[in-house]
Amino acid sequence: MVIKADKLNLDFETNDGVVHALRDLDLEIGAGEFVSLIGPSGCGKTTFLRVIADLETPTGGSIAVNGQPPEQARLARAYGYVFQAPALLSWRTIARNISLPLEIMGLSSGEQQERVERMINLVGLDGFGGKFPWQLSGGMQQRASIARALAFDADLLLMDEPFGALDEIVRDHLNEQLLQLWKKTGKTICFVTHSIPEAVYLSTKIVVMSPRPGRITDVITSDLPDDRPLDIRETPKFLEIAQRVREGLREGHADD
Amino acid sequence: MLRQKLLPVLTIIAAIAVIWYGFTVYLNAPWQLDQYEKSATEWSMTDLVRDTMAHDRPVLPAPHQVVAEIWKTTVKKKVTSKRSLIYHSWITLSSTLLGFVMGTFTGMMLAIFIVENRAMDKSLMPWIIASQTIPILAIAPMIIVVLNAIGLSGLLPKALISTYLSFFPIAVGMVKGLRSPDPMLIDLMRTYNCSRWQLFITLRLPSSIPYLFTSMKIAIAISLVGAIVGELPTGAVAGLGARLLSGSYYGQTIQIWSALLTAATLAALLVIAVNIAAQITQRMMGAPK
Repeated sequence: MVIKADKLNLDFETNDGVVHALRDLDLEIGAGEFVSLIGPSGCGKTTFLRVIADLETPTGGSIAVNGQPPEQARLARAYGYVFQAPALLSWRTIARNISLPLEIMGLSSGEQQERVERMINLVGLDGFGGKFPWQLSGGMQQRASIARALAFDADLLLMDEPFGALDEIVRDHLNEQLLQLWKKTGKTICFVTHSIPEAVYLSTKIVVMSPRPGRITDVITSDLPDDRPLDIRETPKFLEIAQRVREGLREGHADD
Repeated sequence: MLRQKLLPVLTIIAAIAVIWYGFTVYLNAPWQLDQYEKSATEWSMTDLVRDTMAHDRPVLPAPHQVVAEIWKTTVKKKVTSKRSLIYHSWITLSSTLLGFVMGTFTGMMLAIFIVENRAMDKSLMPWIIASQTIPILAIAPMIIVVLNAIGLSGLLPKALISTYLSFFPIAVGMVKGLRSPDPMLIDLMRTYNCSRWQLFITLRLPSSIPYLFTSMKIAIAISLVGAIVGELPTGAVAGLGARLLSGSYYGQTIQIWSALLTAATLAALLVIAVNIAAQITQRMMGAPK
């Protein structure tokens, strides 16, 4: 089991009182799964991802990443994290941005160079290694940030709405590429989104969440085939799953 | 390109010259009229304008008198001469630059301590701000006298006054710069399990560079002010401050104004030099052209 959350709780103290960001979350994610967390804003999907990454500390329950507490997992560099924005350092070229984690981990410069080249090729940015971030489009920047998260070969990839700021055409394209990447590398991916088609298209498991308090309302295991061309989104099977996700989201909203 | 930049500057200079000439006539006229009356001279408006611009010790010298004085004391004097403005400028410039380098270093160190240490943040900042509320004119003679008593004189005491003024904008700007990285980038570095030193060197320091250069532009200009102020209480030996002081002792207004203009030109050149350094650095850091 890569991630195991048991009765996970997280409360924020704010000026208006206590906010229950996560309430009694139970979830298991196995190796090689592609899991999407979907829900309206405020449902705690990003917070949950940050708890896995040890960027937030839960106030109750337990969570294990690779069988360890999240802090141990972070110190062991067990995951790569992709943020909503590309978060590239503007003063570094694309290649040097991708090598940033490798530098911090103290790899030899030969090893760094070899990996950076491999990653640039993997995300299809050949020839752009020497460019600075501002010289690339938003979609290409986000691809560079995925390459950076993959560069140090962690088995777990945490992605927080990575394509949320991109237009739909670019987004479709990157979804297709991400799926191929996942198949090629066999990584476990935890993907936050608020787009139903995106979640259904990408995932093997869809976790539907709802706000106030942030909780899981449904976990849907997708039985779509592994091979997914973009037009699979027109098939009855796909629409059926999407319908179930939509219902789960609506249910979560019934109480407000 | 050149025309776009040069034309506005020349227009402003021309406007200033016109206003300046106007005031020259106006301010020097009372004394001149007095002279006419004493010697019972017949005078016309042309006479008045011509004569008010040719006083030896005018209330306000005409621009061309100042330019002539600067020409006389730069191009026509050997640079080793005590009457050469280049000689005096160099004296002031050397303590400005030494003070600026020390001030930049001090300011950067203080900023690093403040950002990396919570106790320093709480304890140092009020003192830094308080240090700048003391009028430099009051504290400058004290610094000179005290340092002289322990055997330090010449360049260093003056440079220390420049340091005293210039470390402040550097410290304040650098603190802001070191704290400028996006929280997302700090989270990113955290996911790599990076050390505090790595966070500083790979993220905080590069993020602070634009702030540092903005501060340096202010710092170098006030370093020059500090150096000039530092030359005043030393009994006017050498430097632009000394020229100002000796000019005011003997009522040499032309000398005062030429020293003032030289100081202003020097300040402009120093700021331009920092600006060029900033542009080169930013280009190296991949900024769009």
